[in-house]
Amino acid sequence: MLGAFTRDIRLLCGVAVLALTAGCQYPGGAPSSGAGAEPRFTTAESRLALLDRITWGVSASSAHAIEASGAERYIEQQLRPIPAALPPPVQAQIDGMTISQRSLDELLFEVEKRRRGVLAIQEPDDRRAAQRAYQQELTRLGREAATRSVLRAVYSPNQLHEQMTWFWMNHFNVFQFKGNVRAMVGDYEENAIRPHALGRFRTLLGATARHPAMLRYLDNVQNAANRINENYARELMELHTLGADGGYTQEDVQELARVLTGVGFVLTPNVPKVRPDRQADYVRQGAFEFNPNRHDYGDKMFLGQIVKGAGLTELDEVLDRLARHPSTARFISRKLAVYFASDDPPAELVERMARTFESSDGDIAATLRVLLRSPEFAASLGRKFKDPVHYVLSALRFAYDEKPIANAALALLWLNRMGQGLYGRETPDGYPLTQASWSSPGQMTARFEIARAIAAGQGALLGDEAISAKSTDVPQLSGSAHSGVVRKTLSPSTLTALEQARSAAEWNVYFLSSPEFMHR
Amino acid sequence: MKRRDLLKLIALSPGAAIPFQLYAAGTGTTRLLVVFLRGGYDAANFLVPVGSSFYYEARPNIAIPKPGTAANAAIALDGDWGLHPAVRASLLPLYQKQQLAFVPYAGTDHLSRSHFETQDTIELGQPHDRRRAYNSGFLNRLAAALAGSSNAIAFTDRVPLAFRGEVAVPNMALRQVRKPAIDAAQTAVIADMYRHTSLGPAVVDGFEVRDGILREMSAEMEAASRNAISPAGFELEARRIATLMRGRFNIGFVDVGGWDTHVQQGGAEGYLANRLEQLGRGLAAFAADMGEAWNDTVVVVVSEFGRTFRENGNRGTDHGHGSVYWIAGGGIRGGRIAGEQVPVQRETLHQNRDYPVLNEYRAVLAGLFARMYGLSPAQLERVFAGVESRELQLV
Repeated sequence: MLGAFTRDIRLLCGVAVLALTAGCQYPGGAPSSGAGAEPRFTTAESRLALLDRITWGVSASSAHAIEASGAERYIEQQLRPIPAALPPPVQAQIDGMTISQRSLDELLFEVEKRRRGVLAIQEPDDRRAAQRAYQQELTRLGREAATRSVLRAVYSPNQLHEQMTWFWMNHFNVFQFKGNVRAMVGDYEENAIRPHALGRFRTLLGATARHPAMLRYLDNVQNAANRINENYARELMELHTLGADGGYTQEDVQELARVLTGVGFVLTPNVPKVRPDRQADYVRQGAFEFNPNRHDYGDKMFLGQIVKGAGLTELDEVLDRLARHPSTARFISRKLAVYFASDDPPAELVERMARTFESSDGDIAATLRVLLRSPEFAASLGRKFKDPVHYVLSALRFAYDEKPIANAALALLWLNRMGQGLYGRETPDGYPLTQASWSSPGQMTARFEIARAIAAGQGALLGDEAISAKSTDVPQLSGSAHSGVVRKTLSPSTLTALEQARSAAEWNVYFLSSPEFMHR
Repeated sequence: MKRRDLLKLIALSPGAAIPFQLYAAGTGTTRLLVVFLRGGYDAANFLVPVGSSFYYEARPNIAIPKPGTAANAAIALDGDWGLHPAVRASLLPLYQKQQLAFVPYAGTDHLSRSHFETQDTIELGQPHDRRRAYNSGFLNRLAAALAGSSNAIAFTDRVPLAFRGEVAVPNMALRQVRKPAIDAAQTAVIADMYRHTSLGPAVVDGFEVRDGILREMSAEMEAASRNAISPAGFELEARRIATLMRGRFNIGFVDVGGWDTHVQQGGAEGYLANRLEQLGRGLAAFAADMGEAWNDTVVVVVSEFGRTFRENGNRGTDHGHGSVYWIAGGGIRGGRIAGEQVPVQRETLHQNRDYPVLNEYRAVLAGLFARMYGLSPAQLERVFAGVESRELQLV
């Protein structure tokens, strides 16, 4: 595994950037002046610090890539990614998944048929068994989606795209264990979020608003004229667009809920009877449905303006207003800055980003470019505390870059144990993005336990549960770092700890537990 | 000044049958557990306004039947109020022993009806007229005001907002307790790496709490390996919390989710009934397991808001305003419905949809804390700045 890896280890001096000293200098890689001003990222250590922030963590191959293209060009490539191949065994795993082979409506119709079949069973024991099998199948579909997400995060060259996919999945959060969302979450990530993660915010917003996963999770499928359910309407403004202080009222929530009536999805291929004069308004796209029978056709007063009762076009009209609202520009920009720069980003930076968000009509990549080119961003590198997802994924990228994992189940388990499981946030606000939520005593203790598990080398990760105890399976993190340069990036206390390691596995424990590895 | 004088009086009043006064600030034997029901539990179907015909009009499908009208009817507490039948076995005995009281129309003046905003508001417990400081939760300020005698812990995956602040409060979720894989030697090496970093205290605290919990849990683990049946879910958590709060910790926090019942919440039976049953069972187990210490313990159950008084189109309820808080403890003056009340009818609803808030939670808790801990006005001001405390004589 370590041929190319060892060669690149000289570059890894940026991996742990917390306590960098002048000892870590690398002469390669002429900087490009993409930012227009002073050349940045002129040292290998700074390029790797950059990698640690805009990727899920430094890997040998990403270190190669940034040295080959130069930092500024690498940033551009990440902002405007072209489709890139995954390692063949990883791609084969994904291709073999049910969620890769079936469309969402096919899956949903099938799952629903099965659910009804279970309810029809009379014999209690048989029914219980069928119920359990049905639940297991849903869980399996959710795990496929989570596995695919981990595999792409670890192995895709388009790392910023993958991080942004997680970011938006978290922003437009759904909880997989609500009802049958497990059967939907793979498609939600694949077709509503990922294609637009660096695209236009309005498109992304529209895709989430028409996706069964969102409509189910926030109960809009239940929202009908005279049987109003406000849940989605409220979160659409508070969490997805304007933000809590974005300038809307309880009346706006109620009116938006009326706009959203009839927006839902179906679980069978059957088309409902629609009253004749509204038949032209009926919409079905895959499982998505707009049902005029359930829609409130009255006019609405939303954010101070009339929305004429017209059917599904009302949804587009209000989403246009929300996506282009100045509060949305600020709210989204700030959240991006928190994720990619600092827990309390400078207001001035957020303002610059928001201006670009507005002038580019919500171009996410353009907004991010302002952030990535800012001096505030460069100054912040190495100072963000990794949340559990960053922690686990960066460890996997460090240890298993060239040895594709065949079974992500352990990674999913670790994330659950640290309280940040994929699609596991019950509430629509998504996981918190700041250090305070993840660096408490209990979190730190849990993290060291996970470090211990990763460090020991888990055969199960490589697809062989039987060899998990073999010492040959321990990732050789120390072999790489002993090459001398990584050492110089570590604080004296961390080096002292590493010297006390009694085995390769224990060296790994200390390295993965070090303060340097906790930051990005 | 008036308030301060009053508080002084209360704090000094001798022998007013206030057991907690015996354990005032210095000794640390007074214990407090705050249970946060996240999601806004439907208080109106828990403490049921059985005397209100409007209640039965407003909830044609999900109302809890009037006492005596059905097998699973509400349990009459007085002419106005009844208790959900799901907690008959668990909470009713506590109420009858006067170890449980309810404060209806409780909550915060915050009106966004957002779960997160309102939870944050409650956990921070700060004056509404200034910018929120997210690093200062009210339980942390209480721990700070009690200085040396408090030993706080959150029984959650992450430290909740209520516990953020100057006192370093550890957290440890108790759903699953495992034997650590990091051994003693490794623990020492890792702690050394952090000694001179800002994370140092958190790392050391984490290891200490881990070891402490393991020591205290060893009895339970031994018992579990012999017994066939062990409790599950919240009851298991609650029993473990009791183990730790009998021992070294005297301020605790735990949250329980799953209360956001927009759809098909059920009535006397069904989803909400099951949640209440589990919660009630857990709290009863906690009370039992605290043993002698239950007499010095107060449990406060809060939630961010109540729900719409009328059921919605999906046999559920939406985000509302006023809630019902619970106060429990071996030495409290329970068995009653405390605080300001109004008749439950259309005209008294807040914005024609929710319970109003008549018992602002900071005022209620300030009154409670003052008596539990014998806090001085200055200490109280530190916990809830600018709040006029409301004396409900609960302890």
